[in-house]
Amino acid sequence: MSKTIIPFGPQHPVLPEPIHVSLTVEDEIVTEAVPAFGYVHRGLEKLAEKKDFNQMIQVVERVCGICSMIHAMCYCEGLETLMNVEVPRRAKLLRVIWSELHRIHSHLLWLGLYADAFGFESVFMQFWKIRERIMDINEATAGNRVIVSVNQVGGVRRDLSPSQLKWILDEITVVEKEMKSMESTMLNDYTVKKRTVGIGVLTREMAYELGASGPVLRASGIAQDMRQLKYEAFDELDFEPVVEQDGDCYARGVIRFRETMQSIDIVRQAISRLPQGDTFVKVKGKPEGEIVTRVEQPRGECLYYIKANKTKFLDRLRIRTPTFANIPPLAAMLPGIELADVPVVILSIDPCISCTER
Amino acid sequence: MLKKLIEKSQIKSPWIVHYDCGSCNGCDIETLACLTPLYDVERFGVLNIGNPKHADVLLVTGTVNHRNKKVLKNIYDQMSDPKLIIAIGACGLSGGIFKEAYNVVGGVDKVIPVDVYVPGCPAKPEAIIDGVVEGLAKLGELQQQNKTDAIAS
Amino acid sequence: MILDTLHLTKETLREEVEKMKSKGYRFVTITCLEIDEDFVELLYHFDKDLELIHYRMQVAKGTTMPSVSTIFFAAFLVENEIYDQFGIKFDDLVLDFGGTLYLDEDEEEVTSTPFCRYSVKRK
Ligand code: SF4
Repeated sequence: MSKTIIPFGPQHPVLPEPIHVSLTVEDEIVTEAVPAFGYVHRGLEKLAEKKDFNQMIQVVERVCGICSMIHAMCYCEGLETLMNVEVPRRAKLLRVIWSELHRIHSHLLWLGLYADAFGFESVFMQFWKIRERIMDINEATAGNRVIVSVNQVGGVRRDLSPSQLKWILDEITVVEKEMKSMESTMLNDYTVKKRTVGIGVLTREMAYELGASGPVLRASGIAQDMRQLKYEAFDELDFEPVVEQDGDCYARGVIRFRETMQSIDIVRQAISRLPQGDTFVKVKGKPEGEIVTRVEQPRGECLYYIKANKTKFLDRLRIRTPTFANIPPLAAMLPGIELADVPVVILSIDPCISCTER
Repeated sequence: MLKKLIEKSQIKSPWIVHYDCGSCNGCDIETLACLTPLYDVERFGVLNIGNPKHADVLLVTGTVNHRNKKVLKNIYDQMSDPKLIIAIGACGLSGGIFKEAYNVVGGVDKVIPVDVYVPGCPAKPEAIIDGVVEGLAKLGELQQQNKTDAIAS
Repeated sequence: MILDTLHLTKETLREEVEKMKSKGYRFVTITCLEIDEDFVELLYHFDKDLELIHYRMQVAKGTTMPSVSTIFFAAFLVENEIYDQFGIKFDDLVLDFGGTLYLDEDEEEVTSTPFCRYSVKRK
């Protein structure tokens, strides 16, 4: 059978974002996949020379709108260490609450898109309906649905009142209930399994060697989660990384489903431990030195390298985002699968192209 | 007769294609959120499709950069007349927060003509729906204009 | 605060990285930063059980470096990115985009090596 080259993207119905993959296919089987990038590249790291380090918070939030809060948290954490600022406990827990809410909404968003990738439109609609509750919480507590912008160097900008906390607890209980009602469809349905079990397998060794991160890594049986680093308030919160062994698309779905439940639990814990006190400290001076900070984003491990030289502008800001790490595993997963499964496999790493290219 | 039907349905049920230029995903997911149960634009007959050749309305989110401006132009050229272009978010309007970045050309209107601008960072789903509805009036005008042009020529 | 880093040279790079791999480390990323007109610094980050190890190395601009992507496949993306942004070329890349990962060749608006304050001609 002769070879055919099929271009996939940049504008494709299942892809919310532009990425281009040229697929070489023989019959229906993909033999080679070469990704191409650059459709979203903005040169954002370079903006650190034009905007001062406080303004950069707003910029790093827009590396990726979906995990914006966590990007800013990672960045602020780095600067706080450089400037020797001790963030109040309450601010730390508030950060955890918002970041876990972001994780929930990101995973719900993914579960929906994923269902859409194999044509299960009603599940897509259901998950996005559940997600709107989280968006409402974001809007009510921070003033914006997606980019909440609550971080500042030295703490958080907003506080949660007791009545808001109670309302959040009520809402996430409803979210939990609605998730439970989706569980059998997402995890046991025959058609879902047919499209995902055994597709795009990444073995444990491959995942480790190719540097996969986040749910992709954990779906292959490696329990590594940056929240184990105990950043912010994770030292007093109770949680275990979610692990699955199979490494296929189904396992990645299960991971994200279970992580959503886990995040709901973490939000509850954080709310129950929220102490009274300030939400930020005044920060004086300019940062100096270099530092690497890492946090766990919905898509995996995110690394920030910050180098500052005691001026308003940072010397260098480098962002290694989770999808950047997950592209090589994807390139290794694609050969050997059927053409019809390509959208499912690409979505199963939860690609965030604006993260990758910044 | 058929022409009339098409004209009417273009206003009553516009088909939409969405292209994400260098968006940060914020505006992107808000555009998608319009399709889901809470906002549900399908009740207005708005349908999201993947093929620009079938679409009446093009939604563009995000800044234009040097690589995707070709893709954007290409999609624009594939759409049949009359067509409505809606730029979403501060990025689509002017480049927004990324305006000074080295690989950013600027707003969508640097590459293709834009009919409706929807501000916000990210633009709220309500605003996006409002933008589409506003745009439909313009689409009607464009149809009229096309007709007079056809008679004149 | 300055990061704890181990020193590395262009000659020992591949050997050292092989060693890291056999010790069970995972490649995380490479960070490139401009130091002055003539030099850039490369930081190689490795990770094992949540511990990070950094290697630091200074190279002159316009140097050609040995690629580690044959050892860690994951490195090909970041090496291509560095070539785009800083003009450091890497030999034997498993997947070579030739400086067009993000930027197109025919664009005059964007200088070559946009991340350098003192831009250099790419080879
Ligand atoms: S306008 Fe704001 S939310 Fe929308 S793409 Fe631009 S930065 Fe993101």
